[in-house]
Amino acid sequence: MNFHAVQAIYRYEMARMFRTVVQSIVAPVLSTSLYFVIFGSAIGSRITEIDGVSYGSFIVPGLIMLSIMTESISNSSFAIYFPKFTGTVFEVLSAPVSYGEVLLGYVGAAATKSVIIGTIILVTASFFVDIEIAHPLLMATFLLLTCVSFCLFGFILGIWADGWEKLTIVPILVVMPLTFLGGTFYSISMLPPTWQTISLFNPVVYLISGFRWSFYENADVSVALSLGMTIAFLLACLVAVRWIFKTGYRLRS
Amino acid sequence: MPTIIDIQGLTKTYAGGFEALKSVDLQINEGEIFALLGPNGAGKTTLINIVCGIVNPTAGRVLVGGHDIVTEFRETRARIGLVPQELPTESFETVWNTCRFSRGLFGKGADAAHLEKVLRSVSLWDKKDSPCMQLSGGMKRRVLIAKALAHEPEILFLDEPTAGVDVELRQDMWGVVKDLRAEGVTVILTTHYIEEAEQLAERVGVINHGEIIVVEEKDRLMRELGKKQLTLHLYDELGAVPSMLDNYGLELSDDRFELTYTYDTKGEHTGITDLIKDLRDAGIRFNDLQTSQSSLEDIFVDLVNTGR
Repeated sequence: MNFHAVQAIYRYEMARMFRTVVQSIVAPVLSTSLYFVIFGSAIGSRITEIDGVSYGSFIVPGLIMLSIMTESISNSSFAIYFPKFTGTVFEVLSAPVSYGEVLLGYVGAAATKSVIIGTIILVTASFFVDIEIAHPLLMATFLLLTCVSFCLFGFILGIWADGWEKLTIVPILVVMPLTFLGGTFYSISMLPPTWQTISLFNPVVYLISGFRWSFYENADVSVALSLGMTIAFLLACLVAVRWIFKTGYRLRS
Repeated sequence: MPTIIDIQGLTKTYAGGFEALKSVDLQINEGEIFALLGPNGAGKTTLINIVCGIVNPTAGRVLVGGHDIVTEFRETRARIGLVPQELPTESFETVWNTCRFSRGLFGKGADAAHLEKVLRSVSLWDKKDSPCMQLSGGMKRRVLIAKALAHEPEILFLDEPTAGVDVELRQDMWGVVKDLRAEGVTVILTTHYIEEAEQLAERVGVINHGEIIVVEEKDRLMRELGKKQLTLHLYDELGAVPSMLDNYGLELSDDRFELTYTYDTKGEHTGITDLIKDLRDAGIRFNDLQTSQSSLEDIFVDLVNTGR
């Protein structure tokens, strides 16, 4: 194991994060606060409690998920896409590192950043609403699994993208609709039956539902199913990454 | 000298069907400076990129220090430093951080003293805290060299190191290469500037259309394939070369005031004495003469054109 290499990549990526601290940390905090002002206070005051939880508190887990999914994808995809774009990726390709080590460095750093953002949002939210975390360990597990999975997903996206447009098209056209329709701001049970069924095809529903259960013990789907789906998504990403590395897809000609 | 890089039957066909390398065999000796010459698209960069692990070979194998580049890539890549042809540098990172990153990436623990030594050797020490994007093209080239040397490689690949570089930097770079050679580092460079190979290299390989045309010690190559020419500046205008001088293959210049005789440096009998005697007999007088030897560039052009 080339520990120095993992450390070098990780450190390098974390340095990038702190160099762009406004974009990395301040932006998600600001947007979350805005969500609270708009959805929590303005609209939320007109919505009664959902399953015994005030609306403001109800959206906290969804908001955290929304942010870490978007941030994980954008961070991780950019981290590998940019070296590919500028050509500096040659150094990583010519280094005595295995793919696992490359992954550990890049995805590890991106996931760390996402966990930090998630935590910051949680703390920010606690200034606006009352939050109780019924199952902290499970909450941390969901948070970590989601961060790692979406960072992996972003990494795949960054390797696949061969232009700036492709880099942004998936987050905007696929991920954003799925997260907004995944129960960030509402409970699936509030939808008409047909839409409830359709929603079950949205993988994000499972992530948010499980994560919310770890806070308030109320969920749209069973928590075991949520956990299963999250792990399945993680495994799917790992399989894809393994295939990419094995074939050298868009990395080595 | 023992072989440090052993390339056997290396073939590369790109996805589009382009055959960049056609069963190349090449051995690089430990501690030598080897120049790989060839026109654009000859396969130089592909060859280097395969040895460094950036491009996958289609067939054949490469051993670096006795280790296979595919199955034992950790062993081989850790020994190699690469300075690529393009100038891809980080934008926002400082020179120091990007070099430290390179060292770590290649599996070496932090060593500030070594990095300082490397940065000083390429005259970048005073720029160590500057972000890379603020540097000039020549400076970026130095950064890439420093990055390649950061992990103390035994083998250094320089792909077109002096393309688009000013005279001063080129001289500096040659100095760095000579210093590395003195430290026992094997240096493989590709270049368009044949003068560079002539100045630096001990052995020269010429590659064209994905095939190695010749590999030879530079001095021997120049001796064996080189030609010498004797040019005579005539006293009077000469209408035509007299028929009695036909078997010398003399060339008359357009202004009819110069005669050029080409002879083989290998031959024991150059024919100069006879030529001068026959010229006197033919009544051709000259007021000056000079000899010239073909440069590596002439030899290179010759080799590439004839394909040998």
